[in-house]
Amino acid sequence: MPKMTENELKRKSIEYRKTILKIIHHCGAGHTGGSLSCIDILNVLYNAVMNVSPANFEQPDRDRYIQSKGHSVEALYTVLADKGFYPQEALYTLNTYQSHFIGHPTRKVPGIEQNTGALGHGLSIAVGMALASKMDGRSYRVFTLLGDGELTEGSSWEASMTAAHYQLDNLVVIVDRNKLQITGPTEDVIALEPLASKFEAFGFAVRACNGNDIDDLLQTLKAVPFVTGKPNLVIANTIKGKGVSFIENQVNWHHHVPTDDELAQALRELDQVQQTLEVVR
Amino acid sequence: MNVGRSIGLEYGASTRDIFGETLEELGKENSNIVVLDGDVSNSTRTKFFKKAFPERFFNLGIAESNIVGVASGLAASGKEVLAASFAAFLLGNAYDQIRMGVAYPNLNVKLVGSHSGISIGEDGPSQMAIEDLALAASFPNLTVLVPADEQATRWATRAMFEHEGPVYLRTGRPAVPRIYDDSESFELGKATQVRQGDAVTIIACGLMVAAALEAAHTLSQKGIEARVLDMHTVKPVDHTSIEQAARQTGGIVTAEEHSIAGGLGAAVAQVVALRHPVPMAFVGVMDTYAESGDPDDLFARYGLSPAHITQAAERIVAHT
Repeated sequence: MPKMTENELKRKSIEYRKTILKIIHHCGAGHTGGSLSCIDILNVLYNAVMNVSPANFEQPDRDRYIQSKGHSVEALYTVLADKGFYPQEALYTLNTYQSHFIGHPTRKVPGIEQNTGALGHGLSIAVGMALASKMDGRSYRVFTLLGDGELTEGSSWEASMTAAHYQLDNLVVIVDRNKLQITGPTEDVIALEPLASKFEAFGFAVRACNGNDIDDLLQTLKAVPFVTGKPNLVIANTIKGKGVSFIENQVNWHHHVPTDDELAQALRELDQVQQTLEVVR
Repeated sequence: MNVGRSIGLEYGASTRDIFGETLEELGKENSNIVVLDGDVSNSTRTKFFKKAFPERFFNLGIAESNIVGVASGLAASGKEVLAASFAAFLLGNAYDQIRMGVAYPNLNVKLVGSHSGISIGEDGPSQMAIEDLALAASFPNLTVLVPADEQATRWATRAMFEHEGPVYLRTGRPAVPRIYDDSESFELGKATQVRQGDAVTIIACGLMVAAALEAAHTLSQKGIEARVLDMHTVKPVDHTSIEQAARQTGGIVTAEEHSIAGGLGAAVAQVVALRHPVPMAFVGVMDTYAESGDPDDLFARYGLSPAHITQAAERIVAHT
């Protein structure tokens, strides 16, 4: 697969955002804010970092991706469709009766490794996969995306200790640090900071980056393993609802569905950004 | 313990011991088996596997939720994973990980809970699982096995790995009476009739099979011939044998070393209600927590002794 240029990746992010908004609008349900905050991370992972595609999905050496923050599933469905795991039209069955494209990921959807959606589970599962890779002497890596709000689940920290103990440097944990959870700011609910030093104390090699900046994400995610023998942790600082002015940093957009007017305005905003990228090209 | 001694049953090893030995044998035969431990391998007896196959054994510490999550990830990567801890902690702490990572995706994870029931004795209610069968039986896709003795445990441990899909195996701490010999065979999902009789049926699992046989002996002396079924597979429960017992014997007593809520009795009652309603009685822990003490004393105090089964059966016979 030819590598995409940074400009191509940026245009992908705009396309993905438009698709996310359209399918949530079409189907009348979804997690808008979180999907928009993590989409640049998924874009870079699937298009520039991970070795996974429909062609190798049954192969044991593919890289694995576990989305622990399962509710931002619209972002994942969108990227997997673009990667060719299933047709784009399938996205418009989101949340409908008898569709596999339900509100949280399941293995019934091509390209998805594991059912998620109950929070605090993904990191343990990713640790199991990374451990299997080490046991079998394989080279595949395991990437997992955690929401910041789910870090209050104790199992995340049980899994963190395990990752460090078994020196899983083939494990890449990315925290979508958008600083908002369903009822308000993470620091108001149960304070997470200092987050980087917490993970460092648990044995991770930690790096922070701008999780909505393609260049920064590329540079950071391509640098793994950060330290041989240590699991990797990326604090991806993001903006919940990123890319649409009136959705950004708004708690009520956690699972608000855009109205016709809101969708039209959002698409206009995204089209404007897209035009500037076309010029740069 | 004394259960079954009066009718000449000989005591063998504990079900946890035989499980541990059989797991080690399976480890020799199958290099794909990986075992996860919650720092209780001495108690669950996964220590035998640990000693023989250290490279396939991981003690993840006292963190049952994470253990089951890691098991899910290993299973999704093609490993045949067994995770063992005390039944109370495995089912209690990791309930949601079992739900999300094992039962819902129907992954090939084997869960083993030791120290089940009140026969653990002196360690007290904090360590006694009397809710684990109810929790385990609540999961779609999960098979639930409760072996009664040595031979049944050998069979159940092997059957667990032969079965493609998630399984919960319940083991116990004390040495238990031998019910079966080497020549006998088992079938997953099919109750084993261990005593013939047409007056009433006692359906039991685990250590309570021996208690049921002792009760049946006492009943026989009173002219009541009780059928005894070993319902080693609590889920999927054997509808056919239960319906036959209801039709042919007219009354059923269940006996389990577990709360009467949600365990074997509840599973049998559901089938009886559905297929052929007959009077029933339930021997088990009566919606309470036990205490610390000698297991036989606890069985007498909390209604699990053979005499309790006998009385329950007599009530049913009088009723039918």
